[in-house]
Amino acid sequence: MSVLVDRDSRVLIQGMTGREGSFHTAQMRAFGTNVVAGVSPGKGGTNQDGVPIFDTVADAVAATDADVSGIFVPPAFAADAIMESAVAGVALTVCITEGIPVLDMIRAREVVQRYGQRLLGANCPGIVTPEQCKVGIIPNHINRPGPVGIVGRSGTLTYEVIQGLGEAGLGQTTSVGIGGDPVMGLSFSDVLALFAADADTRAVVLIGEIGGSDEESAAAWIRETGFDKPVVAFISGRTAPPGKRMGHAGAIISGNTGTAQSKVQALAAAGAAIADTIEDVVRLTADGLPPRYR
Amino acid sequence: MKLLEYQAKQRFAAAGIAVPPGRLARSPEEAAAAARELGRLAVKAQVPIGGRGKAGGIAVVDTPEEAHREAARILAMDIRGYPVRSVWCETGLEIAAELYLGITLDRDRRRLVMIFSASGGMEIEQVAVEAPERIAKLWPDPFSGPLPFEVRRLAFAGLAHAPHVGGQAAKLVNALVTTATRLYTVATALDALTCEINPLVLTPEGSLVAADGKLEIDENAHFRHADVAAELARDEMGDDGRTGDDPFEAEARRRGLTYVHLDGDVGCIGNGAGLTMNTLDLVKQHGGDPANFLDIGGGASAERVRNALEMVLLDPKVRGVFINVFGGITRGDEVARGIIAARDQLHITKPLVVRMTGTMEEEGRRLLQEAGIVPGKNATDAAAAIVALTREPAP
Repeated sequence: MSVLVDRDSRVLIQGMTGREGSFHTAQMRAFGTNVVAGVSPGKGGTNQDGVPIFDTVADAVAATDADVSGIFVPPAFAADAIMESAVAGVALTVCITEGIPVLDMIRAREVVQRYGQRLLGANCPGIVTPEQCKVGIIPNHINRPGPVGIVGRSGTLTYEVIQGLGEAGLGQTTSVGIGGDPVMGLSFSDVLALFAADADTRAVVLIGEIGGSDEESAAAWIRETGFDKPVVAFISGRTAPPGKRMGHAGAIISGNTGTAQSKVQALAAAGAAIADTIEDVVRLTADGLPPRYR
Repeated sequence: MKLLEYQAKQRFAAAGIAVPPGRLARSPEEAAAAARELGRLAVKAQVPIGGRGKAGGIAVVDTPEEAHREAARILAMDIRGYPVRSVWCETGLEIAAELYLGITLDRDRRRLVMIFSASGGMEIEQVAVEAPERIAKLWPDPFSGPLPFEVRRLAFAGLAHAPHVGGQAAKLVNALVTTATRLYTVATALDALTCEINPLVLTPEGSLVAADGKLEIDENAHFRHADVAAELARDEMGDDGRTGDDPFEAEARRRGLTYVHLDGDVGCIGNGAGLTMNTLDLVKQHGGDPANFLDIGGGASAERVRNALEMVLLDPKVRGVFINVFGGITRGDEVARGIIAARDQLHITKPLVVRMTGTMEEEGRRLLQEAGIVPGKNATDAAAAIVALTREPAP
């Protein structure tokens, strides 16, 4: 089992003919993802490596029944691409693009919600269900199937955790990147709720960072719902000074909100095991799993 | 991108929000001329940071001579690292009450929030702690913007706990609807994530006037506001040109690098924001002090690594550099060759510790080792290594 994507997912890529889009589409197909369509306005009717290209998402969905979209279009056009996908009825939109204006994201997220669809990101590495489906830019070779659900804000740190667990023989049900922007689609608790309903996910690694209070909300959600799977939390940015954007648009401590300390405290109080290093993540995850998985 | 007070007020005025008449002065003579023209004045330092009043950056003057003297004093100031390059000279206001009206991003609600309080003139964060009942909030629909009835409700809620202005509520509410709606237009037109009037002055005649202005534009939206960026650059006050900005961060911006300057002596380079933050955390955990945050992003090319190394080493406090790269699909041997070439080209003699992964990482480690660069097996060991190397007394 898995969450959000699996071998039945029919994936379309918005911006497939661009530099990033074409490179990562090839990677996704090499992974085994069923890429059924590309969308590039003005290039409808052509194809790229045998994948048909459409002018609009609506055309692509009508022709191919695509139900997941990956977005690789430049920041100025990405929010529009998200709304186009949601309105066309695509159930899950995964936006990789970094640098989308916040006010654009507020509107895009609102539209996705009104249409009852789901959005991952923006500014996220995407999602992988090992051996089944990858949408995004997570390196192919590090993923292996197993009992751990991963949800993270940071791309490279999520890769580190996937790889670290893999080296210890621990694979994933699904790895989900929610992205590093201040306004994003699915939150930590949204993804935890999906893992809660997935019987194969036996433990969850949550990779958070400074900024905002989504980790605190996740901690509250864990307590309120009695989420009973072991959670290992890894929070980066303990040394970050207030008021400085640490790479991600969303990674900034404003006043007293968004500190690593507040997140660590909230998650620890909710029963999560707190990891300081990747090695800790691996050890604590193994400790949390039932013996037959270790 | 932060606008100065007078630039924010220009935008407010253009949207129909009342502001006091004023003149910008870059010299004591210009301030004196403003006083001759406008009479009694507030002379206010134009710096993109709060707390200027407490720092002595605001003076009230009655005569051109006083204006000259106070402007000369303020123009010689440096407020929390920002040299004062101009003063805004504006007529004083008769004040019946000081209110607060602001728009900012609410990350939890994933919308803009409009905040109104009858307790203006102080930091809104302070009001939120001391008298939370005095703060009213509205989260406008991002497509319709705030509707008049919503703003009225906001206004009545904010005035409910303010007996000093509550008596004028009926009249005030209509003026607030107009001002708040206009302020929202300014915020959304400029992609502002902070758009604030504090204080919003209620005059004895019952009109509302913006006595201060704060506007900060979303960095991701700069491409839509090239005109504002150009104006700030012309003023030499913008993020790119101002002196008083951290010189290392300014240089990093010129180089196109994501860099934050810190106080320590261990240079840190990583790829990806989370990984780089964790790199700093690891250095700290092992007893070191990070000198900076530098994220080289995805796809670590040799040129990017060279640029980053050069940048980090500009800071003379740096005693060694920790490079932490998750290779993904990058080849470890290529990363290693890039780092070695950068070291040789830049004649780096300070210790370097490199931790990297990727395909061909064994080959990469061997190359580094042969070149005298310490390859870390994992990030934790590498952090311990760089801290040990930078703790050794300098030769």
